[in-house]
Amino acid sequence: MMIEIPESKIQSVRNDFPILSRSIYGKPLVYFDNAATTQKPRSVIDAISNYYMNDNANVHRGVHYLSQLATGAFEDVRMKVAKFINAGGPSEIVFTRGATEAINLVAWSYCESFLNTGDEIIVSVLEHHSNIVPWQVACERKGAFLKVIPITSEGELDLAVFRHLLNDRTKMVAVSHISNTLGTINPIADIVAMAHSKNVPVFVDGAQGLSHGRVDVQKLDCDFYVFSAHKMYGPMGIGGLYGKTTWLEKMQPYQMGGEMIEKVTFEKTTYNEIPYKFEAGTPNVADVMGLGAAIDYLNGLGWDFITAQENDLLNYATTRLMEVEGITIVGTSAHKAAIISFLIDRIHFFDAGTILDHLGIAVRTGSHCTQPLMDSLGISGTLRASMAFYNTRQEIDKLIDAIHKVKNLFA
Amino acid sequence: MIKETIDQIIKEFDQFDDWMDKYNYLIEMGRSVPLIEDTEKTDSNLIVGCQSRVWLSSEYKDGLIFFTADSDAVITKGIAYLLIRVFSGHTPTEIVEAETTFLDKIGLKEHLSPTRSNGLLSMVKQIKIYAFAYQIKEKNV
Repeated sequence: MMIEIPESKIQSVRNDFPILSRSIYGKPLVYFDNAATTQKPRSVIDAISNYYMNDNANVHRGVHYLSQLATGAFEDVRMKVAKFINAGGPSEIVFTRGATEAINLVAWSYCESFLNTGDEIIVSVLEHHSNIVPWQVACERKGAFLKVIPITSEGELDLAVFRHLLNDRTKMVAVSHISNTLGTINPIADIVAMAHSKNVPVFVDGAQGLSHGRVDVQKLDCDFYVFSAHKMYGPMGIGGLYGKTTWLEKMQPYQMGGEMIEKVTFEKTTYNEIPYKFEAGTPNVADVMGLGAAIDYLNGLGWDFITAQENDLLNYATTRLMEVEGITIVGTSAHKAAIISFLIDRIHFFDAGTILDHLGIAVRTGSHCTQPLMDSLGISGTLRASMAFYNTRQEIDKLIDAIHKVKNLFA
Repeated sequence: MIKETIDQIIKEFDQFDDWMDKYNYLIEMGRSVPLIEDTEKTDSNLIVGCQSRVWLSSEYKDGLIFFTADSDAVITKGIAYLLIRVFSGHTPTEIVEAETTFLDKIGLKEHLSPTRSNGLLSMVKQIKIYAFAYQIKEKNV
């Protein structure tokens, strides 16, 4: 069912994003690369510049006014993130540079203490390289093995195989919430229930997860959940890790320096409490302010609007693409976010993407940092249109017209 | 001589006002020119880009280096053909000393950027490396 949201509402949302009014090669920008990074509303941009204009000081341990102001604002955002994903409390939120750094943090710190020779870590064939390589390296370091959940022809995780992969040697299941390439929304709650029945923790790569729908980490009951602010309308260079207190308490810090210590002597250093023991060095305060503004913005829009608009775009784009002769949609799960990978018969994705670009349409082409997935599908890449709530049906029409031009050019 | 070919290519592209015509021309070239034998499309001749793949093979004959190339993407193949036109059939020294910025002048600069990762930048580097290697070999003979 398609519920079209009034154009005036979408136009007013678009006005919040300064970049959406610019043109590319003299044509209005059609931005369909939101899975790579989303655009930023003015409030996020203002929050960052306001921080440097008015509030800049190093956080924590400062007795002076500005330092306390910055610290207060910084910790307020931690609380805001905790509420946004319904974590148990702010101490379960660790700020990182992004999802990739958060994955590396867990892959190092957790595996250092809990992964041993002969153990196994389960990932899926859908994963972004960032949720493969850190685990792969941890396995190499510890003499453990990486096991892979395959997908069905629709692009869904094969849970029957997953059930068989789980065993006494499994020490972690690391899967994405939403596939950045196919758009599949993975059944995290089911995966967690299956893994927990074998006492195996679950790590969720939420890089694509937080922007498309409400996430409740306690309801999902996952042990870890990581995200990047820049894929949820916030700034680049900031992201975070949610970890259950019991795990964060037991894990070793993986970067050493200021802030993460409790007491330092040349004989022995003791570490600060969570989350600070994982936040060595001066944090990226300005972008944390931007992240806070992004969460405020999303809360202000509301998930009802966001999911209704994105579902409409997904359905409309899927229908229109399927009308074009020679187009194959890769990933046809019934549970998808507004991310569509597709192929055009006999036209290389690079050729198509180059021409679409000149027509003012930004899509992504290639393997989308999921080479093992491409190998399993027997292709070298796809075109990917990833949409956000500020996209419109008219933009999808432009994409379809542009695809016809591409087809004519290469016919 | 390399410079003359470059000037000729720039002249050919000067006739296009519209980017679409320019790409059309590249696509035609990419399509019409047989560039490389399938037997030469080996892994050792493969330059892997994130976006498209380029095969480059070289042959040294009577003091000159001859290149052939191919790509799975037509636009990349068209540009590879331009590079072959410029660099193939010259002495190692000519190739080593040749400028490689002519794609800027015909408005295709973005295809040689490291972030485009279509294999073309690596192809230019590889051409230079081959030439450099043959140059050293000549000196040692």
